[in-house]
Amino acid sequence: MAQKYYIFIGVLVLAILAGIFAYPNYFNKSVDFLNHKMSWTVPHFYEKPYVLGLDLQGGVSLVYQADLTQISDKATAMSELRDVIERRVNMFGVSEPTVEVVGTDRLNVDLPGVTNVQQAISMIGQTPYLEFDEQRTAADTQKILDVMKQVQDAQTKKQDITKIANWQTALQNPYFVATDLTGKYLTKATVQFDQTTGAPQIQLQFNAEGAKLFSDITARNIKKPLAIYLDGSSIIDTNGDGKIDGNDLYAPIVQSKITDGTAVITGSMSTQVAQTLASRLNSGALPVKIGAPISQETVGPTLGTASLQRSLWAGIYGLLAVVIFMVVFYRFPGLLASIALVIYVAITLAIFKIIPVTLTLAGIGGFILSIGMAVDANILIFARMKEEIKSGKSLSVAIDEGFKRAWPSIRDSNFNSLIVCAILFFVATSFIKGFAFTLALGILISLFSAIFITRIFLMVFVGKWAEKIKWIL
Amino acid sequence: MTFNFTKYSAVYYIISGVLILATIVSLFAYGLKFGIEFVGGSNMEIQFQSTRPSNETISSALKSLSLGDVTVQPTGTNGAILQFKGVDEATHQQILTALNKLSPSSEKSFQYIGPSIGQELRNSTEVAILLALVAITLYIAFAFRKVSKPVNSWKYGVTSLIALFHDVLIPIGVFSILGHFYNVEITVPIVAALLTILGFSVHDTIVIFDRIRENILRRGMGQFEDTVNWSLTQTLGRSISTVVTVEFVLISLFFLGGETLKWFALALIIGITSGAYSSIFIASPLLVSWYKSELDKHKLL
Repeated sequence: MAQKYYIFIGVLVLAILAGIFAYPNYFNKSVDFLNHKMSWTVPHFYEKPYVLGLDLQGGVSLVYQADLTQISDKATAMSELRDVIERRVNMFGVSEPTVEVVGTDRLNVDLPGVTNVQQAISMIGQTPYLEFDEQRTAADTQKILDVMKQVQDAQTKKQDITKIANWQTALQNPYFVATDLTGKYLTKATVQFDQTTGAPQIQLQFNAEGAKLFSDITARNIKKPLAIYLDGSSIIDTNGDGKIDGNDLYAPIVQSKITDGTAVITGSMSTQVAQTLASRLNSGALPVKIGAPISQETVGPTLGTASLQRSLWAGIYGLLAVVIFMVVFYRFPGLLASIALVIYVAITLAIFKIIPVTLTLAGIGGFILSIGMAVDANILIFARMKEEIKSGKSLSVAIDEGFKRAWPSIRDSNFNSLIVCAILFFVATSFIKGFAFTLALGILISLFSAIFITRIFLMVFVGKWAEKIKWIL
Repeated sequence: MTFNFTKYSAVYYIISGVLILATIVSLFAYGLKFGIEFVGGSNMEIQFQSTRPSNETISSALKSLSLGDVTVQPTGTNGAILQFKGVDEATHQQILTALNKLSPSSEKSFQYIGPSIGQELRNSTEVAILLALVAITLYIAFAFRKVSKPVNSWKYGVTSLIALFHDVLIPIGVFSILGHFYNVEITVPIVAALLTILGFSVHDTIVIFDRIRENILRRGMGQFEDTVNWSLTQTLGRSISTVVTVEFVLISLFFLGGETLKWFALALIIGITSGAYSSIFIASPLLVSWYKSELDKHKLL
């Protein structure tokens, strides 16, 4: 029967790892302390932050409705819209924005940490911005890079970056600076094919004013690169990794002064990409029309932090009350069930981090509710165990019977809650989704902790000694 | 020892009957006050730095912006929750400026729900409620599929459904009254709570009914009423413990959880208490009463 000890040790190791992963602060502090005292070099535990929803960290959530009446391929149009808006949002400097298509014609834009709603809304709804940038002087470039470095240092030290002189410069492109030539001088963009290679290319035709500007720009930039940006990003996936981001730069070298107001964009792109690009440039708008947001939610950063803290305290007090109740009414098994409950909390929090689950107020509500429900399985089992003990069975038989007889009720009642969670998850809104998901996750993990972990504990800790003092059971 | 739970069935029926009647009256008289996420509109939470202007001052300061009906509700020491019709971002900023002029303030949260979203949310909530009811009915039919004499299996299903409606109606009644007198709205979290009650209520009843069937199998048909009372006595400890542990976390959420989770917790507290009560004092006595009335019919024949 050594097997049960191995399983027991396995459970303990799992619980401790989950606990440290869920809340590594104390562990890492003690590591620092020991490293300092004993001059060891024990590394910190792997740290991963919780993903917090907008209602807990503050920010703006916007919902847009796209007008798809004129469009045949609706799914493609929506995914194009999503890509464009995501690029614009990224330009806004938001950390971890999410832009997702909801249903057939909705676009959900979440901007954590953003407080200037007005600016965000106008940024998202603007027409695409085509710009031609020329190279900065080496001195200018260096100046911006220096500020960027300062800002980065401040960010890693968690200092207030707005205290750095000219910190806004760090938001600029260090290598290129915008010229006066923009998409507004564009008369039309057409797709053409190179006469020798057959590769698709886009020809831009500027109006008279634009032609004049372009001629000046090309004249002063001969043998230098001229970068072309659309909505702040390169227009072509130049490194071929499948997405257009900061690593791409489309900057052809100017060969000679161009006076006729035409420019040709070449590069590795498929005919389809060339066509979408050209049509976006021509329409001068998003691939799909969106109006003002049809729903908006702004949460101030202080409210978010306060909500998070209050709900965490609610959880801690709730957990404490459940533990006291279990120990008072179910004595020794109650104590074991309480330990299993604490392990349950640690494992669930660790899983929240691993998946990761975006924690919202609703999700925390579901999780806290699940703490109260998690011991139900234990209560059913212990009630059965007590009955078996009363009817004169030996302890080990009573424990076995208790688990066996309580199982059908545990299965039925939890299955029933899972059905409700599933319906809530698939039908309802994001608030309810968050709630249903954490509640369902909680139910599943609690079945493991209440049945498997408690059982191992009982097998390991309840031996012959308990036969003499049955009252503790 | 066996408690005689079914002895005073009539009293329990009357108590629950009165509560349900009160709910229905309140629903007709006051109706339900739905939150803006269901009807569309704007909701704004403001924190004034020093003093909170009176509700009338706030309303009149915003009059020129034609926001429709503006309701102002004080919250916390210097806060206020404002509700008005749906506005665009420009108007939203004008409101903030107007309030700032009145007394320096900062915005804690702002929510705008367009009319189409509200309508959609109402529809999807209705679908969720219907689906949950259908799924639970099917589940009950499945759980009690094995015929058990002396009471037909479908009767277990029907009585658990009656208990289910009882448990959902009572919190709805409470929120109808709270909505009328204290402006408490039916919001998405409260709908989530009501749907959770659906699950929980059945959960409780199933445990007791499982025990009744098990005891019938063990002890033979015997006296049905005694078997029910014996089963209720056996499961009483579990019923109390389960409700108490859940109520602990919910009460903690009610007092500490903040504005959003407060009413969500209250709905669950009422529903779960009602669920525990109805499993013992409504669902099980109903089974016995039904059984007895069938017996009487047979005797008459």
